[in-house]
Amino acid sequence: MTRREVFKLLGAGTAVAGVVAAARAARTGAAGPARWADEPRASHTAHPHAMGVVGRVNTDAYDPAVFLRSWNFSHLPDHLRPAHYRETPRPDGTLLREYVFDALDREIEIAPGLYFPAWTFNGQVPGPTLRAREGDRIRILFRNQASHPHTIHFHGWHPPEMDGSLPDQIVEPGKEFLYEFDADPAGLHLYHCHAVPLKRHIHKGLYGVFIVDPREGRPPADELVMVMNGFDTNFDGENEVYAVNTVAHFHMHEPVRVRVGDLVRIYLVNVTEFDPINSFHLHGMFFHVYRTGTSLRTEEYTDTIMLCQGERAILETRFRWPGSFMFHAHQSEFAELGWMGLFEAVEGR
Amino acid sequence: MTRASPLGSAGLALLPIALLAALVAAVVASRPERTLNRGAPPVEDVSFQRVLLHAGGIELHVVNNGPDPIRIAQVTVDEAYWTFEQEPAGALRHLERARIRIPYPWVQGEAHEVKLVTSTGLTLGHTIEVAVETPRPGLRELALFALVGLYVGVIPVALGLLWYPVLGRLPRGALDFAIALTVGLLLFLLVESLREGLEAASEVASSYQGVALLSFAALFGYLAIEAFGAWLRKGRARVSTHVTVALLVSVGIGLHNFAEGLAIGAAFALGRATLGTLLIVGFTLHNTTEGLAIVAPLARERARLALLALLGLVAGGPTIPGAWLGGFLFSSVLAVASLGAGAGAIAQVVVQILRSSVGERAVADYLRSGAVAGGLLAGAGVMYLTGMIVG
Repeated sequence: MTRREVFKLLGAGTAVAGVVAAARAARTGAAGPARWADEPRASHTAHPHAMGVVGRVNTDAYDPAVFLRSWNFSHLPDHLRPAHYRETPRPDGTLLREYVFDALDREIEIAPGLYFPAWTFNGQVPGPTLRAREGDRIRILFRNQASHPHTIHFHGWHPPEMDGSLPDQIVEPGKEFLYEFDADPAGLHLYHCHAVPLKRHIHKGLYGVFIVDPREGRPPADELVMVMNGFDTNFDGENEVYAVNTVAHFHMHEPVRVRVGDLVRIYLVNVTEFDPINSFHLHGMFFHVYRTGTSLRTEEYTDTIMLCQGERAILETRFRWPGSFMFHAHQSEFAELGWMGLFEAVEGR
Repeated sequence: MTRASPLGSAGLALLPIALLAALVAAVVASRPERTLNRGAPPVEDVSFQRVLLHAGGIELHVVNNGPDPIRIAQVTVDEAYWTFEQEPAGALRHLERARIRIPYPWVQGEAHEVKLVTSTGLTLGHTIEVAVETPRPGLRELALFALVGLYVGVIPVALGLLWYPVLGRLPRGALDFAIALTVGLLLFLLVESLREGLEAASEVASSYQGVALLSFAALFGYLAIEAFGAWLRKGRARVSTHVTVALLVSVGIGLHNFAEGLAIGAAFALGRATLGTLLIVGFTLHNTTEGLAIVAPLARERARLALLALLGLVAGGPTIPGAWLGGFLFSSVLAVASLGAGAGAIAQVVVQILRSSVGERAVADYLRSGAVAGGLLAGAGVMYLTGMIVG
């Protein structure tokens, strides 16, 4: 160690403290080194709730509050929706649901002032939510208008040629592919690009939610789609931003409005890359868990649930009291890097 | 060739400059970066000039060290997004400075990691190794820094001066040894200064070209001492050669200690500080040898006490203003410049001592003598060993 390095460690104030302490020790005859405890402590005036991002994102291109309650392009105005979604009744009473998905390179705002060069389905991250009833026929025209080869790989029953994962199933830029399969089984699923390298194609934003309702349906509820995701903004293999539905700390400023007493159903999907697990914790409440949503029987009653990459669960609960209820990942790091929000429960019809 | 008029010469001299200005204008107008780096993200880099810790939180002084403007979108502390205020707000141009205030409840004695997240998602981090409250300029703090400067700068040098009476009684061979010893000490100090200077140079914003700054500051330091010596010899004939050399050694060491004082302040300015009574003791031992270097040239003189006090003050005193400057107005550029000037001054002092000590002898014979060679090694050895205590 050199003298300068010593100085770095030394520090004038502490040096003085040492000298003073040594002098004091010499006076009183007591031996022993000066300690941190001898130092005057700074009393903090820093505001305890100063945690969180600064500013607000522009929600013109993508609004997490709209994504939360949209599926089958219901967020589009009537004259634009048919270009992306059509449903046609079939003789057996089921529906043919036809979608048009475009892969697009798009810069998205994932925290105020922080822009991420995303790869998207239809210009948004997560991609649009698909929702069908068990037995419906799904037909998706996928047009790759991005700069890299992509696919759509769905979770659920489908023949191997519809898997969107094998080398001959890669859709090159400028090309298109028609995916067709039945909605099966009932449950909460996801879709994502399966071109390699997988990590990059997924964390850049090519993923979305695929909900299949059971034939008999689920009880009416206020339904919310929440995708737990993360963004590696400096490409170091770690996420700099965590969120539900992309925008860091969005619902801290725009709480999710729910009604006291109503059944609230959360479709929770984990697509976080780089971290093996993510979690969901709700304050002051408990919820019923339907893992993968494939059974109508709940198997768990908890306030914290852990999901692996690609794992998902349906959560159901009712708010007992009006007021603010925090929800966040119970990994504190994720919570403070963006994955934290508020429910605002209100009384009345 | 005919002789041009003075006016014509001036015109000819200005012609290349005018053409150069036209070329620069043409390059700027054509914006070659649009074709040269198509779609490449901007180069973003900031350097952290100061990090202040107060009861209200953390304050960063940053400068945009990259060629492109930087927009700081968010700030994290210990992997948590945190409220912050930037002043001035908005994008930072090349070499523009900003203060960033973060109301973060930092913890005394613990480490914190601050990251600036730019609009492109790049993270620029700084680690506060040990969090302690930054002293604010005030009478009490000035006194504290002065005390530290006294303790690590002035007192050790003064203690070293106490060898003066012993030196006077030494036979010639032993005196050669003692002087060579001081040369060894100074050479060690020179190497150390350059190493510290290079390290500091690597920390300054690259736009300030730390290594070039260090090198030319060293050259300047050397020439300044040389000129000072020449002035002393010419203007003040009644000052003996030995006193002149001693004074030059003091000035050289003083410059070096000024740089060390800055480093003390810097340790605080950048939030790097920890406790070490043993380190202070080791450091005092290390610096005591500097006093010996000053009095060695005076061995055959009858120096008055006032002169000795003056020499000690010149050598040790600058530690105190150095510490003040470093603590309250730290600038890494100033640190590099003063380390360089200190190194140059020491190099010149070594040359001065050797010149006066060699006398009529051939340099090779002088260096070859056992006393001198042994002294050089012993000097460096003493510094090395006391340095080990410090480290």
